[in-house]
Amino acid sequence: MSREKTDFWVGLFVLLGAAALVFLALRAGNLSSFSFAPTYTLTANFDNIGGLKARAPVKSAGVVVGRVGKISFDDQVFQAVVTLNLEEGYQFPKDSSASILTSGLLGEQYVGLSAGSEEENFADGGKIRYTQSAVVLEQLISQFLYGTAEKQGSTPPAN
Amino acid sequence: MTGPVQTLSALGRWVRTQVSGVGFFTRFLGALLARSGIAASRPRLVSQQVHFIGNYSLLIIIVSGMFVGFVLGLQGYYTLNRYGSEEALGLLVALSLVRELGPVVTALLFAGRAGTSLTAEIGLMKAGEQLAAMEVMAVDPMRRVLVPRFWGGIIAMPVLAAVFSMVGILGGWVVGVLLIGVDAGAFWSQMQNGVDVWDDVANGVLKSLVFGVTVTLVALYEGWQARPTPEGVARATTRTVVVGSLAVLGLDFLLTALMFGN
Repeated sequence: MSREKTDFWVGLFVLLGAAALVFLALRAGNLSSFSFAPTYTLTANFDNIGGLKARAPVKSAGVVVGRVGKISFDDQVFQAVVTLNLEEGYQFPKDSSASILTSGLLGEQYVGLSAGSEEENFADGGKIRYTQSAVVLEQLISQFLYGTAEKQGSTPPAN
Repeated sequence: MTGPVQTLSALGRWVRTQVSGVGFFTRFLGALLARSGIAASRPRLVSQQVHFIGNYSLLIIIVSGMFVGFVLGLQGYYTLNRYGSEEALGLLVALSLVRELGPVVTALLFAGRAGTSLTAEIGLMKAGEQLAAMEVMAVDPMRRVLVPRFWGGIIAMPVLAAVFSMVGILGGWVVGVLLIGVDAGAFWSQMQNGVDVWDDVANGVLKSLVFGVTVTLVALYEGWQARPTPEGVARATTRTVVVGSLAVLGLDFLLTALMFGN
């Protein structure tokens, strides 16, 4: 086979590989939703973060507005400190609240931001004061059971 | 009659042979890497090998990828249907292919299709005393014959694995969406939500690169080490498939534990 022909086929082969990689990254993966937009950082303290992971989405009204950056533990107040990287295009009032929610019954956990009503917006490095922890199923069940038991204890016997 | 002393000394001899085999294998890799300059100074030699190893393996990779995708679509649907979550079929097919089946099945096919031909070629060159003739002409056969094949294999393998994964996903789409009737939007969107570009796709590519190095190296080593007889070349070719496949499966477990073990 002549030189040019080999080169042509090898070039085609490598291009096919590159096309396959692009397909895997864009069509099968989510590189297109991977944003390099400039972000600003907020922190929030939670009593319990449940199963929240770094790089989980931060959503407001269901739209992804940022990602969870770092999760650490503060042993002064015994709370989890969650760093949120929000896209600079989205600004939130200073009294906005953050809660840890679950998508679907068994889905992954994410941080939900609900906007407040204050005039002033968060600055970079700001802290979200109003937070709501993750719902832990075991706690919910035990609360429910204690509640039922209490109610039964307080009602007088039937006769 | 063999006493315990003979058994013990046979065992010792066996261990010594194995250990020096490992040593020679490492030295072989080092010698290949030390002579790799030729890949940069004469890239045509490498591109010829990419053509020989890669292009000629493309058909078998595409056909097997398609059928693996078909089967994943059918089997995945059968399992997911029990939980009423057929929409996750796209995610299942894509994750299985990108993380595991793409690199591993491609490497196994690569050992059978390209590895054997490398071993047989080099073994026959040795048997025909072509390698010795090169040395007489002051051409280093390792540099001229082995290094281009080594780099050709390393380049071809990730490309083949990526093509395998892509064709497999398309095969899963054909069976899942076109034949069974899973919703096309859910198929792709669940896939895109679940497949991470770095954690899944990039690690799969890294896996295929490691497998490419392993299989090519084993094939070249077996050819280089083959006894220069018809029987020796036959044996070396068999060993390429056996050792190469086992090495791929073992390494796959190790790499998976390292990459996805968090």
